[in-house]
Amino acid sequence: MRLLAFETATRRLSVALWLDGELLQRSADMPNSGSEVLLPWTHELLAEAGISLQQLDGIAFGAGPGGFTGLRLACGVTQGLAWGLNIPVAPVSTLQALALAAGDGDTWAVLDARMNEVYAATYRVAGDGVTELTAPVCSPPAVLPAPTFSVGTAVGDGFAAYPELQQRAPGLTVCPDQWPTATAVARIGARIFANGGGVTAAEAQPVYVRDKVALTTAERLARGGVR
Amino acid sequence: MHEEYGGVVPELASRDHIRRLIPLLERVLVEAACHRSDMAAIAYTSGPGLAGALLVGASFAEALAQTLNISALPVHHLEGHLLSPLLGKSPPEFPFIALLVSGGHTQLMRVAEVGEYELLGESLDDAAGEAFDKTAKLLGLGYPGGPALAALAMKGTAGRFKLPRPMLNSGDLAFSFSGLKTAVLTIVRSRSLDEADKADLAAEFQEAVAEVLATKAIAACRKHRLSRLVVAGGVGANLRLRERLDAAMAKFGGKVFYPELELCTDNGAMIAFCGAQRLLRGMVPESRGGAFAVRPRWPLNELAQAF
Repeated sequence: MRLLAFETATRRLSVALWLDGELLQRSADMPNSGSEVLLPWTHELLAEAGISLQQLDGIAFGAGPGGFTGLRLACGVTQGLAWGLNIPVAPVSTLQALALAAGDGDTWAVLDARMNEVYAATYRVAGDGVTELTAPVCSPPAVLPAPTFSVGTAVGDGFAAYPELQQRAPGLTVCPDQWPTATAVARIGARIFANGGGVTAAEAQPVYVRDKVALTTAERLARGGVR
Repeated sequence: MHEEYGGVVPELASRDHIRRLIPLLERVLVEAACHRSDMAAIAYTSGPGLAGALLVGASFAEALAQTLNISALPVHHLEGHLLSPLLGKSPPEFPFIALLVSGGHTQLMRVAEVGEYELLGESLDDAAGEAFDKTAKLLGLGYPGGPALAALAMKGTAGRFKLPRPMLNSGDLAFSFSGLKTAVLTIVRSRSLDEADKADLAAEFQEAVAEVLATKAIAACRKHRLSRLVVAGGVGANLRLRERLDAAMAKFGGKVFYPELELCTDNGAMIAFCGAQRLLRGMVPESRGGAFAVRPRWPLNELAQAF
């Protein structure tokens, strides 16, 4: 199976190519310039592997949560490639990809969501298998429930942005400088496809988690705003 | 979708775009009895506009073009509007004067050829369509209220209220509409208006906008000795504006060209047409291996540098 994978939910952008378990990756710390590198990196990886776009079997992308613009960049490029090639898509949770990067065991994955909030979920990782223990939420760190496990890993830049979160789970090993990567997205995506999963290009959509992005006129008025 | 928020929320617009893109594309291909492999190139709006919304179209188009091994053509949104009357049954010949009036722009341009545009004058503040929408909001007509305001104006009489004709005699081809909105606000605050008053005020507002737009458009034609005027953009659908433009141009011995009504508002057909014209003329940007960028701010007179 040959898969292409994108992960652009954070400032760390990456593209990976999965060839029956073998992985090639390009990544860089370059927020706001994903559109300049995603497709050129794709061509570089394909050339390195000696295959063409037309030989891909599927595409996996980090669907979020994360920066809205980054999510739509990966999703838009994924939709365009998958629709043009007529191949299926595996949307992969960015928090799952982050948890996978932390390795086996129970993991509390927390990403800085800006605006004094974090995206968080808990997972059990075994090899390339990631089981969701609690679903992704968008929450102020102060009221984020602590994980139910006391041994494991706390991963993600949420712990760098809000160090006080570490005190909520003192038994966990903290890895604040791990990022969700396209390599992890590819590994999870490969399992999704192997289990008969995957969706059409049109069904490939970002998972924003933060859904309250504006106030309606009625809500503004209720808060004492003006029309 | 944006009505309950009282305006366009960029993030919600972007979310909507990425949901609808493929279903719409598939519908268009079925209606046109085309297959994806029949496409010769993919044109998309790369600016100006909302960055998030632009990125949806750009990322999809650029990626799709790679799989089909065809060119992706970034198109300037306003160029789409400018050329949209050429899609009509009796298209104008080049060169012509174009009056571009929408919620985002009020501009007069001299169009010599596809890709050759000279900006003659534009609004110094609000766009004409923006003034329509804001005035509609002041009169309690909701959002987007431009068309509702025009409908209300049909029931009223212009002249009973007196509104200014901003920059009518400025001697140049510039516009200003924010003062007009303020003048309406002053009237709304100074007294209570019944339905008939509101209709009269709407009629006077519409008359003021139409008079300024028509006067300056004719002045541009006169100055550049051109008898063809093209009107594009959403406000170009306004019937009173059309009446005034037609009458003034007839007196001048010229003709006004409008896009088909359904092509007045933002649409993909005008972008496809623009891309086709560029493709036919070999005006295809050099490929950058799939690297692309959107341009939320992109003055039309910088267009030539893109090719």
